[in-house]
Amino acid sequence: MVALPDSLTTAGGVPPELAGAGTDVRTAGPADTAGGKQARYVAAPASAAEAAALLSAAASLGLTVVARGSGTKLDWGTAPARCDLIVDTRRLDRVLEHAAGDLVVTVQSGVRLDDLATVLAAADQRLALDPPESAGTIGGLIATGAAGPLRYRYGSPRDLLIGITVVRPDGTIAKSGGKVVKNVAGYDLGKLFAGSLGTLGLITEATFRLHPRPQTSAWLTRDYPSTSAAASAVHAIADSPVTPAAIELEWPSAAAPISVSALLEGEEASVQERAGRLNAILDRAMTGQSPGRPLADGRERPGTLLRVAFWAGQLAAVLDLIRGAAAANGLDPAVGGAAAAGLLEIAVTADAETEAVGGFVAALRASLQGLGAGSLPPLAASAVVVTAPAAVRDAVDLWGPVPSLALMRAVKYQFDPDHRMAPGRFAGGI
Amino acid sequence: MNAALAARLAEICGADNVISDPQQLRTYECDGLTSHRCSPGLAVLPRSAEQVAAIVRACAERHVPFVARGSGTGLSGGALPLADGVLIVMSTMRSVIAIDPASRRAIVEPGVTNLAVSKAAEPYGLFYAPDPSSQVVCSVGGNVAENSGGAHCLKHGFTVHHVTGLEIVTPEGELTWLGDGTGAAPGYDLVGAFTGSEGTLGIATKIVVRLTPIPEAVTTLLAAFTTMGAGGAAVSAIIGSGILPGAIEMMDALAIEAAEAAVSCRYPEGAGAVLIVELDGPAGDVEVQTAAVRDICTAAGAYEIRAAQDAAERAAIWTGRKSAFAAVGRISPAYIVQDGVVPRTALPAVLDRISELSAEHGIRVANVFHAGDGNLHPLVLFDDTVPGEQKAAEELSGLILDLCIEHGGSITGEHGVGVDKARYLPKMFGADDLDTMQLLRCAFDPAGLCNPGKVFPTPRLCGEVPGVRHGPHPLTATGLIDQF
Repeated sequence: MVALPDSLTTAGGVPPELAGAGTDVRTAGPADTAGGKQARYVAAPASAAEAAALLSAAASLGLTVVARGSGTKLDWGTAPARCDLIVDTRRLDRVLEHAAGDLVVTVQSGVRLDDLATVLAAADQRLALDPPESAGTIGGLIATGAAGPLRYRYGSPRDLLIGITVVRPDGTIAKSGGKVVKNVAGYDLGKLFAGSLGTLGLITEATFRLHPRPQTSAWLTRDYPSTSAAASAVHAIADSPVTPAAIELEWPSAAAPISVSALLEGEEASVQERAGRLNAILDRAMTGQSPGRPLADGRERPGTLLRVAFWAGQLAAVLDLIRGAAAANGLDPAVGGAAAAGLLEIAVTADAETEAVGGFVAALRASLQGLGAGSLPPLAASAVVVTAPAAVRDAVDLWGPVPSLALMRAVKYQFDPDHRMAPGRFAGGI
Repeated sequence: MNAALAARLAEICGADNVISDPQQLRTYECDGLTSHRCSPGLAVLPRSAEQVAAIVRACAERHVPFVARGSGTGLSGGALPLADGVLIVMSTMRSVIAIDPASRRAIVEPGVTNLAVSKAAEPYGLFYAPDPSSQVVCSVGGNVAENSGGAHCLKHGFTVHHVTGLEIVTPEGELTWLGDGTGAAPGYDLVGAFTGSEGTLGIATKIVVRLTPIPEAVTTLLAAFTTMGAGGAAVSAIIGSGILPGAIEMMDALAIEAAEAAVSCRYPEGAGAVLIVELDGPAGDVEVQTAAVRDICTAAGAYEIRAAQDAAERAAIWTGRKSAFAAVGRISPAYIVQDGVVPRTALPAVLDRISELSAEHGIRVANVFHAGDGNLHPLVLFDDTVPGEQKAAEELSGLILDLCIEHGGSITGEHGVGVDKARYLPKMFGADDLDTMQLLRCAFDPAGLCNPGKVFPTPRLCGEVPGVRHGPHPLTATGLIDQF
């Protein structure tokens, strides 16, 4: 651990370099933590220029920096090794331009998803991303790559992000992409920052492609008694011509039935007609409420949340492997997610023993390794611990094997040579 | 060229697969952008990923730059060889390795053609969605390098939305996987960063692509308008209605005239603009939306609307559009294909200004474009036998790009920057933006040997900058010492 220069530890004092950077800076309170690490200072810039001056000052002091929006996902990833300065982005709260005719919006990174949704709804449009944390900010959405059921049709933030402005750790402001949907000029830094957990720089602005808000939407749900039956249903829906916007699977516990749901969106008559066809395909499916999403509970309670990515064709095998690894460690977690997109989440309750969670994660990863056979890539599935109680987070390797980690380290080194942006929060100590 | 390197490449790939004869090398002197030409020092045709890795290592050891080439259909000179470099021709690695219909994925080699992937997937009711107009010949590896689009990317997205994993040879010659094919691999999204990097971050040797269910129904409408303005209004009204067609294409009178001369596409007489709208999806939706689009076009002033009911009729409608670039050769000895993007709502103003510029400069411009996403392909016509005409055409072509930038657009929507537009990139991005992009380049290719001279007008030096600290002292990091 690098000890801080004396000037930084002066009681009550914000160092003059920070205070003079033109942004509100205060000393941190007990609630100002990231991954359990107590911050020293909190600053809330109101523009990219202010953020740049702030990060430049932080660089001159050698401060480590963690970005914070609403704080809904601040405990995602490994705990940062150190957190000197929290950059609170909530004053970056302006919707800069909603070009409704172009189905494009440019926002500052501190805008909340629910606030943006309200603005867009006035033009009957939406950002087609529906993570459960609707109070989260755009910056947090991009940095975590968060998505919900609509991922099946629309992908994750990286798929809808068409332009980004960031502040590099040394205070340099840089942008890539633009305001048009179709654009291949220059490298696409948005891809790199999406899911980077704040380890490359601070996101200050983003431009997204929008979609029309559907007139009607309807969930169709049916329960299945076995993993193979549920997987067959998922594949049948995906292969059908009814173009669902989402296909979700929910399996609250080993003893519970597995429910499979499809979301149909569009014009009223079309949704009705497609629902009828889907009912025929699934045999007695019912129109129902949106799925209960037991995992949303798992996220709200401070348990362990895992994300398992796999080739969708292996769904039945993956479900069996998850249950097998859980049972071997005495756990009975809720499982669910965008099954047809090859993504499941696993919520282990907070009261589970750390050792059991660690054993489960290790067993699951070991069994997933067997899926990469034949012509598939050597690592064809992954199990990442998205967030976990402190004890688990400290004891378990959250990431598991990561392809091309050496290149990722090289990218981190180029963008953040002093290793000051959320150091250690990402895979491989990045 | 380095004889020792040629000998080493022959060891790796066999002498038959190393080309050093100047006459044979001329085959590779340009890609689809024929105005830039340069014979490579050597060309080599690998058969496997391991051979590609060995070739790159051999080049890297000798500090010889290298360029990968697919089918050579690129329109920005992205695969332009280097006289002192090695051209690695990937078109011999062209197998579809596997189709996984349940996962809706295909694993292919980079030299396989775009259309071959869809053909291989068709028996499973699936297709590969990105469809650049050169899809019969262009390679998927080239598509990855350029993040290729196509007429149907309005609805279905670009190459980057359909690539979920890449086996690559890094510029230092290491064979590694980016991503895992799932599209949600842990770590940075290096698949996304690599796609569209125009061959400057390495060479893809295996590509995992997403496959899409073939839509149940497709209808194609051709609507004729007397003016471009009326056609443009129809485009805005269609998008404004919440309908997302697979494609919306537009051609102006000059482009129609050229297509008529070349392929007798028999578009309606007297059209100042034609619009091609293709709708795909569930049968019921397509039927309803087709009726809605017809109404919108009629209201916007369409005087004739044709609907294709089957594949043959659809092909007839598309013939004119797909032949448009080549067809312009019938009405002009030479022409420049431009590729710019503007926000869709700026289309009317931009088209008016292009027509003014055309009149002011006395140079004809034919307009063919992907109207749904504002991607213009103005064709600037000139006679290359008349001194000065080419220069004047290039100047006008550049002014059209300036116009795109003024309206908040882009200098390229799908053809790439390559060598052709590197000098325009600073008009869109500042020095800090370009410098930041090149941090990625330095992470992948610190020696600057992988397709150098493309995309960026001024390469970044990747060496360490004096006076800048690079992280804590190793002893500090490991907790052995404290630093004060």
